Amino acid sequence: MLSLLPFLLLTCAYLYYSHVRLIENPGDKLLPPPAVIAATVHRYAFEEDERSGDYLWWTDSRASMTRLLMALGISACIGLILGVAIGVLPYLRAALAPFVAALSLIPPLAVLPILFIVAGLGELAKVTLIVIGVAPVIVRDLSLRAGELPNEQIIKAQTLGASTWQLVIRVVLPQLWPRLIDALRLSLGSAWLFLIAAEAIASTEGLGYRIFLVRRYLAMDVILPYVAWITLLAFSMDWLLKTLRSRAFPWADAQ
Amino acid sequence: MTEVTVKHLWKEYGNQVVLENVNLRIADHEFVTIVGASGCGKTTFLKMLLGVESPSRGEFLIDGQPLPNEPGPDRGIVFQRYSLFPHLTVLQNLLLGLDLRGAPLSGKLYGARRRRALEKALPLLEAVGLHAAADKYPSQLSGGMQQRLSIAQSVICEPKILLLDEPFGALDPGITADMHALILKLWNEHKMTIFMVTHDLKESFELGTRLLVFDKVRLDPQAPEAFGATITFNIPLKGHRA
Repeated sequence: MLSLLPFLLLTCAYLYYSHVRLIENPGDKLLPPPAVIAATVHRYAFEEDERSGDYLWWTDSRASMTRLLMALGISACIGLILGVAIGVLPYLRAALAPFVAALSLIPPLAVLPILFIVAGLGELAKVTLIVIGVAPVIVRDLSLRAGELPNEQIIKAQTLGASTWQLVIRVVLPQLWPRLIDALRLSLGSAWLFLIAAEAIASTEGLGYRIFLVRRYLAMDVILPYVAWITLLAFSMDWLLKTLRSRAFPWADAQ
Repeated sequence: MTEVTVKHLWKEYGNQVVLENVNLRIADHEFVTIVGASGCGKTTFLKMLLGVESPSRGEFLIDGQPLPNEPGPDRGIVFQRYSLFPHLTVLQNLLLGLDLRGAPLSGKLYGARRRRALEKALPLLEAVGLHAAADKYPSQLSGGMQQRLSIAQSVICEPKILLLDEPFGALDPGITADMHALILKLWNEHKMTIFMVTHDLKESFELGTRLLVFDKVRLDPQAPEAFGATITFNIPLKGHRA
């Protein structure tokens, strides 16, 4: 219950200052009252948009979530495959580890123009941006984790007759699954950052696009609920991943 | 039959000589205990038997064949720690060796072949007293239970040689007696050769049919790394051969 207190305080503070500003200026747009926000949310979520005929709230959410989940899925695959390979095979580690380290230091937003030039303004560029931002970090994390497995375990598996392939699928990979989930959880923040940045610059739908579109009209009644909604989505994804981890890998918590 | 022969074995790391001129002949079904001060090459010797280190000079032969230079299923190992797989239950840990041997691609047995593997694994699980803990994960086991499982995990593969690297060093003194009884029972049932490195002199006399003492015979105070250790005593013991 105590954890709800800061949220409650923030809400109270908002209501108070919104009220104060509205007394001074009934046309104030900066801190709209709850009734206005509720009406806007209703309009966006449950009424067709006059121009496009879409329910904007949900088309924006679907567009953004599709991009985000696709990018996270691709990053997880790249991270797992390259991470295991770099962690397990010494030659590959020597060849690739410094490259990945350098790659992960490129600021992804700096290559966004390149992506728009090469991949056009469509979905590909946005998904690629997130992958470029997230995948190298996951690769590095997983390869380090794979390297951290006690040498005794690897030797023991070999004395039980394991080939390199069997070592990967029975010993290394199963122990990396929970690490992958951890890495994904930590990447969620930057993944959303890149998503919204890409949508703000070139898009026709999406949560980030909408926020930056209505900014011109100072439409805080749209921006505020959208930000809250994005936060809720991010929080739910984090919670789902956390739950999945403890359900699917009960052994990982005890270590 | 397993005969281990060591001929004029040297191990050096750069200038540092760790082992010098080790000669040894171990007959089948011996229980060899190895003692010596720290840094006297006991563990290096065990690592060479295991195949993770290779001799600088000399030969290491099993039944007249040179030792393969990587770990394999003919030589089992039990380390002091970390030799269990934390993501597998007790039963899955025990079955792993059979899984790996039986299924090169998937690394896991299914159906009738899994049932046959279970027929082999369950009595062994019973023998090491872990039947009730079959579905637990290693982190839920006590240190003694973990080592019993680690021993069973190696024994199920029927290695010719079982290597034990201070297997009971981290355990409560109270339970080592049980562990000794267990390892002697498995040794007699499966007729393998055991090499066990230990710090406990009493244990080494108690369990072994042969005691090896590693020590340095020559020492240069100006250059302590110039001379290595060798086997200074090779003592046949009564042992507990059934």
